[in-house]
Amino acid sequence: MTETQMMTSPSQRRLVPVGLLCAALRPVLGRVVRRIAQHHPEMFERIAPYQKSDFVIVPVELPFALHLRPDPEAPMLRAVPQDRLPEHDARIEGRFFTLLELVDGESDGDAAFFSRDLTISGNTEAVVSLRNALDDVDGSVAQETADSFGPPGRAFLSMLRRRSARQ
Amino acid sequence: MSPTDFSTAGELVCPAGTPAALRTAVDAGADSVYCGFRNATNARNFPGLNFTPEELEASVAYAHARGARVLLALNTYPPAGKVDLWREAAAIGARVGVDAFIVADMGVARHIAQTHPGSRLHLSVQAAASSPEAIRYYCENFGVKRVVLPRILTIPEIRAIKSEIPCEIETFIFGNHGLMVEGRCSLTNWMSGLSTNMDGVCSPAADVTYEREADGSMRSCLSGFTIDHFAPDENAGYPTICKGRYVAPHRPEGYYAFEEPVSLNLGRLLPELMEAGVHAFKIEGRQRSKSYVRSVVRSFRQAVDAIRAGAEPDLANLVALTEGQKETQGAFRSKKWR
Repeated sequence: MTETQMMTSPSQRRLVPVGLLCAALRPVLGRVVRRIAQHHPEMFERIAPYQKSDFVIVPVELPFALHLRPDPEAPMLRAVPQDRLPEHDARIEGRFFTLLELVDGESDGDAAFFSRDLTISGNTEAVVSLRNALDDVDGSVAQETADSFGPPGRAFLSMLRRRSARQ
Repeated sequence: MSPTDFSTAGELVCPAGTPAALRTAVDAGADSVYCGFRNATNARNFPGLNFTPEELEASVAYAHARGARVLLALNTYPPAGKVDLWREAAAIGARVGVDAFIVADMGVARHIAQTHPGSRLHLSVQAAASSPEAIRYYCENFGVKRVVLPRILTIPEIRAIKSEIPCEIETFIFGNHGLMVEGRCSLTNWMSGLSTNMDGVCSPAADVTYEREADGSMRSCLSGFTIDHFAPDENAGYPTICKGRYVAPHRPEGYYAFEEPVSLNLGRLLPELMEAGVHAFKIEGRQRSKSYVRSVVRSFRQAVDAIRAGAEPDLANLVALTEGQKETQGAFRSKKWR
């Protein structure tokens, strides 16, 4: 099993098997995507032709990627090891903090693409649809998600934002 | 100023591809927001973008409650005999109380003028009306109140046109710099079979692919044709044919045959444009994010307010949001912009 470092502060870094990490994230990510589906059904309407499509979102500096299928009936978001990506229709790749800022509504996807901080491949129309669907949410999907986990969720997002600002 | 009062010069006309972007634009200080339906009736018919009739109705209410206007883009050309979609869109727009229709096609203009009298018409850049004669024709025959000028005119030329037309002038001040003659460009049609002017989409995303090479370079393709090949550390642009880089017998290294990936930014020319008689400033980018809308609208809101107050505008650095991370003043500064 591949071993690598979790994205934690330097003092907390430790080696964790990536497969174990993905398994540990599974219930959390499942809750996140189910909550988004419940609260933002209009988002899924915008991506209607691609609800059964498989997206992989790859933070380049992390050992795992996210596998998303935006099916409102059975939404799926799970972590998968980067060296064992599932078959997919589209791939979105960038640094973790770039991807976070996009989901957080704090940066512009086209600008990230122009600067080559964001790379896409596969079905471009599916990616554009996903981007537009995410962007039609007032505020921040990341903040909503953090709020759903209460104070620990908010603290974790704040920590990520601070680290993002330092990048 | 009431939402329907268009009399104040320096109006900031801002883009919205989604209801959330519209609310963002209004909250950031837009005087007017332009948007379109999720179909071929507008020139940003992109996947996942635009408004349903219900979303438009709610958005008009949101904007009007905050003193802002909503302009509905019906700025594509209906194919012969297939006008129902445009008629239906006009009827919905009139019903929900949009403040103006942005049109390009004479048939659409005539239909709205006759069927929805009292509606305000703006002539889209897609009509490519750049002479006093052409603009007057639309004013006299369809009651057009405003023309959005193509991005091919210098400020002295705009000033001369203003003295010869009976309507307001709107110019683009920021965003994608399409130097093609809008409403006439058939490059996408030639490659993909879809018409920018009738289907409402330039370089349809379904026909675009990006291929990453082993060395980190990237190839952008439309309908299987390579449009550009970016080195690993080179800034990229939109996959449109007019921004493509091509190899020719005399330029084997590849060159931008039409235009480089670059964005228009007229921030420093705002005072001159106002003095030349430009009534409204348009920001391009319905396909862009809320983040883009928020940054650009806020920046130009402050600039316009400063100019009105007789102060020097302090424009934020917007180059990070520009295509290819490069800006130009295009033809507005000089015809020699190439």
